[in-house]
Amino acid sequence: MSIQAEPVAEPEVERRSVRPVVRYRNICKSFGELEVLKGVDLDILPGEKVAVIGPSGSGKTTLGRLLMTLEEPTSGTIEVDGELLWHMEKRGKLVRANEKHLHRMRSKIGMVFQHFNLFPHMTILRNVTEAPIRVLGMQREEAERSALEMLDKVGLADKRDNYPSQLSGGQKQRVAIARALVMNPQVMVFDEVTSALDPELVGEVLAVIKEIAADGKMAMLLITHEMDFARDVADRVIFIADGRIVEQGPPSRIFSQPESERLQSFLSRFRAGYRAER
Amino acid sequence: MDELIAALLRGLWTTVQATFGAFALACVLGLIFAMLRRVRIKWIAVPIAWLIEFIRTTPLVVQAVFMWMALPRLIGMPLPALTVGILALGLHYSTYLSEVYRSGIEGVPRGQWEAAVALNFSPAQKWLRIILPQAIPPVLPVMGNYLIVMFKEVPVLMAITLGEMLLAANSYIASTFADGIVPYSLVALFFLAVSYPSSLLVRLMERRLNRQRGA
Repeated sequence: MSIQAEPVAEPEVERRSVRPVVRYRNICKSFGELEVLKGVDLDILPGEKVAVIGPSGSGKTTLGRLLMTLEEPTSGTIEVDGELLWHMEKRGKLVRANEKHLHRMRSKIGMVFQHFNLFPHMTILRNVTEAPIRVLGMQREEAERSALEMLDKVGLADKRDNYPSQLSGGQKQRVAIARALVMNPQVMVFDEVTSALDPELVGEVLAVIKEIAADGKMAMLLITHEMDFARDVADRVIFIADGRIVEQGPPSRIFSQPESERLQSFLSRFRAGYRAER
Repeated sequence: MDELIAALLRGLWTTVQATFGAFALACVLGLIFAMLRRVRIKWIAVPIAWLIEFIRTTPLVVQAVFMWMALPRLIGMPLPALTVGILALGLHYSTYLSEVYRSGIEGVPRGQWEAAVALNFSPAQKWLRIILPQAIPPVLPVMGNYLIVMFKEVPVLMAITLGEMLLAANSYIASTFADGIVPYSLVALFFLAVSYPSSLLVRLMERRLNRQRGA
């Protein structure tokens, strides 16, 4: 497989002793004829911030969508918190997970989307309280208290009675982050959360994520085009191309001493205005 | 003349009852059809699609007289014409309303479904709290138009002896040997008096909805 040996300098022993919160094993995903992922193995430790970088169409978004159960893998397994996500045991045999199993597993996973996907027919406060009340069975007062706390964290408590259409893109994304956070998942997928934003609004969203990353025990899968952000926040950077992990390691090494040719050319193209190209 | 108008007013009341009864039935049944057609289980979705196609490609009047004959036999007791009329008209138009719902549901962006999954809503919560509140308001004007269309379709139920306006006019003419011009003109006028203001209301609703969405 394409995972490279980690340098000896890394605290490998310590990493092995903790059970990963997410474990992709030989994950393949095809859409019709198109093979998007061609055998990915990836472990995410509790609290670990893993950034996924790579060219458009490399399969990095699919990696996050498989974890959020928005897509089903063609083959391979995903474990979350020690349990299989897409499979369950029935009379000693592994079968496809049913809705009940998925529902239980999803409580450990959260996701923030590129296009926010706030509920346009609900106020900001209700966007954040709806799932805690309906899904977690929280009392309204309690849900509103924790929602306001979270909205305050992302700097938008004063917008509680507004509707999403009255907010800027950056504000919408911060609400979406608060909405996902109140569910208190063990691992959160951030799927290109700044790609749909005007450049001047990117900073406020990344600042919020950095703050959450700094104080959280929550693991993060950060699928991103923001290299500086990946360098600042991530414990580990995964470079994925053509459906395979080509190279991975701590951000310091990935960005300053890329080993593979693919990553070198990706980074140099990126520095030469990859964003303008997009 | 007074007698005619009184008869027509009774007919109008019957027409209104039949319309709203059938519309309520069509709204509920149409939504169920629309949701069942989306089910990924083939042995549910395919027969439903066939049933809808069958109902839509056969005339309402045929369905009405068939049910008028068959339903009392099926349940073993006579049924009032109004009940059978509501069932026939409601069933027929539920297939059209299911199409209306479908367009509304398909108008909800995919991201809304995905957010509902990501927040772990159950399928029922997803429909009731996220999808339908966004799918239905945009199609309310179309549903309002169907209400008016159904109102105008009620005279078809004359075939099963429903005492609506046209039947009332016919019996008046038959019993008094009066000329048909005045009674039939009055029937048309009564329909106009209800339909036209209703269509204005629907248009007003449409404009308000468009303004809301533009905001």
